[in-house]
Amino acid sequence: MSTVARFQIDHVRFLDPQGEALGPLPDFAHDPARLIPMYRAMYLTRSFDAKAIALQRTGKLGTFASALGQEAIGVGVASAMRPEDALFPSYREHAAQLVRGVRIEESLRYWGGDERGSDFAEARHDFPNCVPIGTQVCHAAGAAYAFRLRGEARAAVCFLGDGGSSKGDFYEGLNFAAVWKAPLLIVLSNNQWAISVPRSTQSATATLAQKAIAAGVEGVQVDGNDLVAVHHVAREALAKARAGGGPTLIEAVTYRLGDHTTADDASRYRDPAVVQEQWSFEPLTRLRNHLVKLGAWGPEKEEALARECAETVNAAVEAYLSTPPPTTAAMFEHLFATLPAALAAQRDEALRFAPRTAGGQPGGDHG
Amino acid sequence: MAEINLVEAVNLALAHELARDEAVVLLGEDIGANGGVFRATAGLQQRFGAGRVVDTPLAETAIVGTAIGMAAMGLRPVAEIQFSGFLYPAIDHLVNHAARLRNRTRGRLACPLVVRTPCGGGIHAPEHHSESPEAMLAHTPGLRVVMPSSPARAYGLLLAAIRDPDPVMFLEPTRMYRLFRQEVADDGEALPLDVCFTLRGGTDLTLVSWGAMLHETQAAADALAAEGISAEVIDVATLKPLDLPTILESVTRTGRCVIVHEAARTAGLGAEIAASLAEEGLYSLLAPVQRVTGYDTVMPLSRLEYQYLPSVERIVAAARKTLEAS
Repeated sequence: MSTVARFQIDHVRFLDPQGEALGPLPDFAHDPARLIPMYRAMYLTRSFDAKAIALQRTGKLGTFASALGQEAIGVGVASAMRPEDALFPSYREHAAQLVRGVRIEESLRYWGGDERGSDFAEARHDFPNCVPIGTQVCHAAGAAYAFRLRGEARAAVCFLGDGGSSKGDFYEGLNFAAVWKAPLLIVLSNNQWAISVPRSTQSATATLAQKAIAAGVEGVQVDGNDLVAVHHVAREALAKARAGGGPTLIEAVTYRLGDHTTADDASRYRDPAVVQEQWSFEPLTRLRNHLVKLGAWGPEKEEALARECAETVNAAVEAYLSTPPPTTAAMFEHLFATLPAALAAQRDEALRFAPRTAGGQPGGDHG
Repeated sequence: MAEINLVEAVNLALAHELARDEAVVLLGEDIGANGGVFRATAGLQQRFGAGRVVDTPLAETAIVGTAIGMAAMGLRPVAEIQFSGFLYPAIDHLVNHAARLRNRTRGRLACPLVVRTPCGGGIHAPEHHSESPEAMLAHTPGLRVVMPSSPARAYGLLLAAIRDPDPVMFLEPTRMYRLFRQEVADDGEALPLDVCFTLRGGTDLTLVSWGAMLHETQAAADALAAEGISAEVIDVATLKPLDLPTILESVTRTGRCVIVHEAARTAGLGAEIAASLAEEGLYSLLAPVQRVTGYDTVMPLSRLEYQYLPSVERIVAAARKTLEAS
């Protein structure tokens, strides 16, 4: 008997939960000009998150999926992307989307029940939120193939969760991208929970990163609450992808501090004491402590940032709430490039009954 | 101008579009060196390279899923699913993504994708190789469903499907791949989508069908003609969206209609056409609309497949029933 393959999975962490450097840091981690915009994006994500939940609780937004506790992953990865790259998010990656230029009012429109929320003014080629779990891995692999075929130095970046890593789409997309040596980065935000199903029930593997090994892809695990670590591995993976080195799978280990969505009550299936304990690992405090140690941050800057983010979010909420309702005809406008004749009669029927039904309320009346 | 069969017409159309538009790429299982199990892509990888005629790993979900990503990023992918019985793993991507990407993003992203797949029975194929999934696909808002019934229409409709800015399911009837030859000019002229083709004029009744069943339907029209009965024959061709005006105009003239399809009866497209005729043309009908379809059974293995497939005799019998009604 002989060994024909063996593998190891590295875990990357630069800052401990208190923000202390565990060893030498990458260059960017010494540079406040690089770190502060990422801290700001994380802070803005959390401000938006809290406001979105408040809007849902007061009937002004539909079901919303919070990213609380996972801000470093989206921000760290998206900050390593170039504008011409393409993002393929799940439905919990508004941290990445905000960095990409998706506007808060657009995100609110989406969660408020309006397709116009996915017609991003910037990030024009980024995919919209993906609700069918894990399917976006295949789309991202195909996009990466298109970039490679045309010889473009672009990369596709997709996000999914620990639950998504159980889907066939994940394995199939990973496998295709590997065979194609396609410029793809798959970020697996392992927040330990797929609604009520814990990580231990999701997979018997020691890590989710090692799922890459079977496809011949480099897999790395990173502390998903350490912005420095996430940004560092994402930069390396994207540089490799653009240089023709093929795909990378990053498992970013984090914890879902909120409910699955506003329609969920996580206290039904997990111990609040464990959640409380996880707050000591959350990513904003960690990066803030590091910035303080660099001499680049203090209470005044924190207060100013809090004010600025609140103003930004409030202005976005105003823009969202004052958005004119969608027209009834909108259902038909973008079904095809040109509405087939067979559908014109159905559109006309809808318009005849429109006065009663046009627009609806922002957010609707669902839970 | 060469006489070619339907599968050669598919090959000709694919080659034409690969040469015309560098955004066109083909992907699927065994489509490269092997040229596809039916030879629909024979010679294309040699001619256009492995980057544009892509042998994929064996995974239908990802064939369609990756094609969606390619389409949204500016390519014109033509994905082949080797048999339509293996299309089902890709339904999630077709229904949840391909069919609605344009709508979900208010036109910001689109999905100019063609999925080609052989369909139907009658070639003594193994299990799961003789499916007729058109109604399932046609029920999905945002998908076009097209099925050719001759080499010329295969060529012209496939050109149109590839050039269309939205997803098209292109179902190729395997029984017709090599059934007959026809002169087809490689002139790059597309046929229109979303319209029916009237294959022969008639005055006594209208026979409506698509795909391989047009072979039996035409034979039934011949048999009826021998009895002095004049049957109009319509090839629906684009099954969704449906060109009801052409069918309605014909039935308004003839007053009688028989719809023939190979797929199972319940919730089949025959039901949609019959219901539409009832809504729009009831007062022109001289007899109840008849359907001649596959049964609501599992498609049998080869020993019984011709007991399942609608026969000329069944079509003629249904036609007589409409003629005897009044």
